[in-house]
Amino acid sequence: MDARTESEPTAMKNPTTVERKSERELVITRTFNAPPRIVFEAWTKAELFKRWWVPKSAPITLLSCEMDVRVGGGYRLVFDAGGGKTMAFFGRYTEVTPPSRLVWTNDEGGEDGAVTTVTFEEKGGKTLIVLHDLHPSKAALDAALGSYDAMGETLDQLDEVLATLGASGAPKN
Amino acid sequence: MVQYSPARLDASFAALSDATRRGVLEQLGRAEASITDLAGKFHMTLTGMKKHVGILEQAGLVTTEKVGRVRTCKLGPRRLDHETAWIERHHRLWDSRFAELDKVVEELKQKEMIDGRKNRE
Repeated sequence: MDARTESEPTAMKNPTTVERKSERELVITRTFNAPPRIVFEAWTKAELFKRWWVPKSAPITLLSCEMDVRVGGGYRLVFDAGGGKTMAFFGRYTEVTPPSRLVWTNDEGGEDGAVTTVTFEEKGGKTLIVLHDLHPSKAALDAALGSYDAMGETLDQLDEVLATLGASGAPKN
Repeated sequence: MVQYSPARLDASFAALSDATRRGVLEQLGRAEASITDLAGKFHMTLTGMKKHVGILEQAGLVTTEKVGRVRTCKLGPRRLDHETAWIERHHRLWDSRFAELDKVVEELKQKEMIDGRKNRE
């Protein structure tokens, strides 16, 4: 019998941080309990990537996921957007440095899309992920999220409720 | 720039997840009220209403002030401003993605370990 105890998959979840670094930049960080080669693999193999990229709460279903992860190679994610419509997200990989760095473009909105850079940094057997999204304009980042966002509507409604509450008698401050 | 504060937002969402508490906020949006008033309006015991108000107060959505024997409640200074809500939306998206990624990573780790063991045999 192997008496060693491996780390539990249900161990405490590492925190995700989200920061808007500037009008055009969004930075997301997260640590994973595995070395970079493993985390990198999960970002660069389509059959693994499609298992986690679309949150269960999202109101859309991933129909297909193709990834040709090498410099100049493309990716394409096609979603069922409901009502018989499909929607595609696509772009190209402009930097591929296993297992530490990945850069891709987001071209579904035209030439002038966001550029996503992900670094995988080894930290004592774990991996710190820093994902950096650089958008062409403030407006583009303001509008980013699109169809992945199931919570968005709820939060917008909540915003409205709170704004109404504020408008109907509470002192403005 | 804006930094996301998970604890604070969790408190807000928890506070707003209850219909009575949302009703209390609506009520206080119209006018200040004592805990006794609120308990009466929502057909609830004083103790029950105190709990609800306490949760709203902790989330910063309500403030209370005791004058004599009456505790008066009004809307707090806190609002989910636009920027906070925007950050929260991104946070939810990535946090749920990464929770799934954790599972994939864990699986790969296990597989690597088993393969490694096989190779040594």
